[in-house]
This record gives sequence, C-alpha cells and structure tokens, in this order.
Amino acid sequence: MRDMAGLDEDTPLFAQIAGRLAEEIADGGLAEGERVPSMNELAAFYRINPATAAKGINLLADDGLLEKRRGIGMFVASGARRRLLAQRRQRFAAQYVEPLVTEAARLGIDDDELVTLVRESTHALPVDARGGASE
Amino acid sequence: MTPAISVAGLTRRYHDNLALDQVDLEVEAGSIVGLLGRNGAGKTTLLRILAGQEFPSSGSVLVQGARPAENEAVLRRMVFVREDQTYPDFKVRHALRVASWFYPNWSAELADALLADFGLPAGRAVKKLSRGMRSALGIVIGLAARADVTMFDEPYAGLDAVARQIFYDRLLADYAERPRTILLSTHLIDEAAGLLERVIVIDQGRIVLTADADDLRGVATAVSGPVLAVDEFTAGRAVWGRRGLAGQASVVVVGALDEADRLRARSLHLDLGPLTLQQLVVQAAAQPADTVERTSA
Repeated sequence: MRDMAGLDEDTPLFAQIAGRLAEEIADGGLAEGERVPSMNELAAFYRINPATAAKGINLLADDGLLEKRRGIGMFVASGARRRLLAQRRQRFAAQYVEPLVTEAARLGIDDDELVTLVRESTHALPVDARGGASE
Repeated sequence: MTPAISVAGLTRRYHDNLALDQVDLEVEAGSIVGLLGRNGAGKTTLLRILAGQEFPSSGSVLVQGARPAENEAVLRRMVFVREDQTYPDFKVRHALRVASWFYPNWSAELADALLADFGLPAGRAVKKLSRGMRSALGIVIGLAARADVTMFDEPYAGLDAVARQIFYDRLLADYAERPRTILLSTHLIDEAAGLLERVIVIDQGRIVLTADADDLRGVATAVSGPVLAVDEFTAGRAVWGRRGLAGQASVVVVGALDEADRLRARSLHLDLGPLTLQQLVVQAAAQPADTVERTSA
C-alpha cells in the first residue's frame, strides 16, 4: 500500500480529508481565521487526486466551518471550533461510553466497579488534561 | 464541454478473439482516470485505438472531438507511453529532443528535472539502459510532453517502488500545475488508487464498471462470522461471492452500511471489513456486468 500520510483506502478519501481538517480545527491546530491548506497542497501532502481533496474542503465549507475569501483561499470560520467540539460531545456517549458499558457488562464488571475504574484512570492523567479542552 | 475522449460501440476483433466488445466510454477533460483490469482484459487495445495506432473493427472513437487515426492535429495533442516502449538507436538526450519537436507543449525544464529525479544519464544510449531506466525515459517523455491527453499503459516495467513513487508524485505535482486528461492503465491498483478521480474497469473486452474512485471506497463490505448470523444480517441485501467453512461464512455486502447496521453487526458478533478499491475491482471483474451496473448506480 502506498503511503498516503495515514489515510486508508477503505472509506471515501474526501470524508477522511474533511475529518482530519475538522480534527485539527477542534484541537486548535488550525485557528479560527487561519488559512486552510489549498486543494493542491493537500493533494501533494496526502498524495491524492486534487479533485478529491477539493471535495473534502468543500464539505466543510458547505457546512459553514470554512469560508472562502476570493482569490486568497479558504479560512477557518469563526465559531467553527465551538461547533465541532459540541458535535464531538454529542457523539461521545455513542462512540465511547456505550461500548465501554457493553464490554463491562460482558465481563461482569458492575456499575460501581466501572465508576471506580473510570475515576482511577482520570487520576492517572496529567492534571492539565482533566476536564480540559472545553474552554 | 466536449469530452476529452468519447467512444461509442467500439469493437475490435482479431480473428476469433473479441478484444473489445461494444465499448461505450466518455472521459471528461482534465481528470485523472484509471483504466483497470486483468492482463488481457483489453486495456492496451483500447489505448492503442485511442492513440490512433490501431483501427477499430467497428464503432466510433473521438479524441478531443476528432478521430485520432492519421490525424496529426490530434496526435500532437496526445502522448501514449506504452509498456516496454521501444526506441530507435538513440541517446537519451536525442530521444528527448525528438519528442520536443513533436509535442507543442513540451517542457525542457520539466524533462531535465525528471531526468535528475530518476537518475537517467542523458548521454547513455537508450539500448544500453536497463528495463527500469527505459520505463523511466517513457515516463519523462509522457510527462514533459504536457499533452492534453496523456496516456500511460502500465508504464513502470522494471521500476522499483521508490521510482514508482517518484512517478506518482511528479505526475500529481505537474497535473496540479497544468491540469490535463490523464489515462493510466495499471494493475497496481492499491498503489495508484489515491491519484485517480475516476476508474474504468474492463474485463474480457467489456466495460464492467465506471465510477468516481472515491464513491467506491467503503461501498462494499466483507461480512464474516457464524453462518446463521451472516444469513440474518445479509437477508434482503445485494451480496457478492459467498464462502463458507464449517459453521463460518463470509460474504461481500454491496451498498454502504449505516451506523444502525454496524451496531446490529456488532450485536450479532460479525466482523465487518470494508473492501479497498483494489478488492472491489477484483470483485467487480468477477461479476456478471448487469449486477455491477445495478449496484453502482
């Protein structure tokens, strides 16, 4: 398999490009008002077709997370980070909590024990990572 | 806009052998298209006819809106790099000079840069080049020609993985600068997949699938697990190829799965493995044409 900077071949690439840009915005790597890499820059970096990269950018633009400045390029829209973090929170239960609870039930770990385990792993985190990132 | 390539009812017969069977095809200008299929599927015959190097038995072929055969105006706007391209008794630099006379958009600057990338010695006689180096020369000419329609037919015989990566990277970089129609025939689908905007799959002389490459990723999923669970999950769905052993079964489900499907598969203890483009093309070539058309629509 060719190296596409971590993209995989089994889901649409444009969605993966959009997902990665969204992650970067949510994590603050791409700040609001900052210019987003162009279609050709993304294509060269990920080694993918420019039209596919453009489709990924446009997906975020259609969603209002990016805005076009004529002749200069695409920029992160204001409020984009807050919206992305809110979406992530909504997905958190389905993505992380439900599988955790299901597997715990399968192993016979009861609720109290599960809560204790979660507390313990929270204490193992560095202080600045606890309850952070929400702003 | 006129499509770069437009083919209708194209048939090519050699004695008893039907190399191309009623091929209909349109390629939009400015896209990178993969022509995929097994050896002997008809890829080279199709490209040779497009390049005016061979005549159809019947059907029509238009490149940039005109018939390519014996049409110099069209032929100068297209370049065709064959697998195992042969050259007259030239040095590398002479082969490039001749190409520069023929192709109006020739970039000497790009040719020089590519020679350096591939480590091709300009003063070496072409017949003294290794197989891989000869392939690299074809690639240099194919890219530096900057032809409106650029066709590569398995252009990398003897090239190692590093050199192939250089080819893909330079092709993308120059395409970004000078968009043009690029047709790449390859059996190294996994390697080239990311470059392609569209794919055309050909099998036994017939087109069995044309689609946006990205639309095919994740459109089929291998579902495996206990027979009963697999049967329950796949009931009423389009499936390809079923394999079984003892109490286990594996089938390919065609059509994207949603979140509810995934949860259901998990509760049935089924494994889901999305097919890569390469796996999908292999599957598509093994199906009767009508089922492929139905599922890709």
